Amino acid sequence: MRWLLIGIIVAATTAGEVLQAAGMRRHGEIRDFRPGAIGRALAVLARNRFVIAAVAAMAVSFFAYLGLLAIADLSFAVPATAITYVLETVLAKYVLKEHVNWLRWAGASLVICGVALVSL
Amino acid sequence: MSHEHARLRVKTWIFAVVVVFSNVFGNLFLKRGMPPALATPLEYITVLFHPWVALGVLLLIVWLMSRMALLSWADLSYVLPVTSVGYVLVAVAGKVLLNEQITVKRWTGIGLIVAGVALVSGGSVPQTAHPKHKTAGAGP
Repeated sequence: MRWLLIGIIVAATTAGEVLQAAGMRRHGEIRDFRPGAIGRALAVLARNRFVIAAVAAMAVSFFAYLGLLAIADLSFAVPATAITYVLETVLAKYVLKEHVNWLRWAGASLVICGVALVSL
Repeated sequence: MSHEHARLRVKTWIFAVVVVFSNVFGNLFLKRGMPPALATPLEYITVLFHPWVALGVLLLIVWLMSRMALLSWADLSYVLPVTSVGYVLVAVAGKVLLNEQITVKRWTGIGLIVAGVALVSGGSVPQTAHPKHKTAGAGP
């Protein structure tokens, strides 16, 4: 049961966060943080297809995560879902076309090793 | 241009701190309020009204919004390692607040994560991919 939930969480989180990044990149930098401006930005984002899809995927991930937290320790649940980190860095390069330089690959590799040590 | 970089860097750090702390405490409060099992679909809904769970959900809403703002200017491949410092804080919070044991292996992993975060956040500019077009209404 817990590995099924982790599978759902990983797939939904990866899809959701990459879609979120794609949607926000299309929206452009948010510069104005006054309440009215934030409201207008949210109204624009509510019609952004990438953001809508991202929120839907993250809602799936959230309820699967609730199910996992009920049956597993926090110190197991959080690192076990960190495989999304690897998938998202690869997708950032090939789908979002970010320039993932050697520094970011090195940093990502260190973080992955660290997460493996913490969780295994 | 260096002024623009400095402005983006400060803004990035402020939002990264909010993203990390809302995520760590959101998760912590969720776990604190969670019953030993969720059996029926109805229980997935009713558990949301438990005070600790509700507080956790509120913090995760803050997390979602601040992460969206951060991703509006920063690369995903930058945001991922920088906010992964949250894994460290979850372990520390588990030790301090939930009395979990942190082994040597776990401390080594935490050290590697911190080193990875320092590499990515210290050296590179948060944004490399430029937006194709900007939407009006986002700011001045």
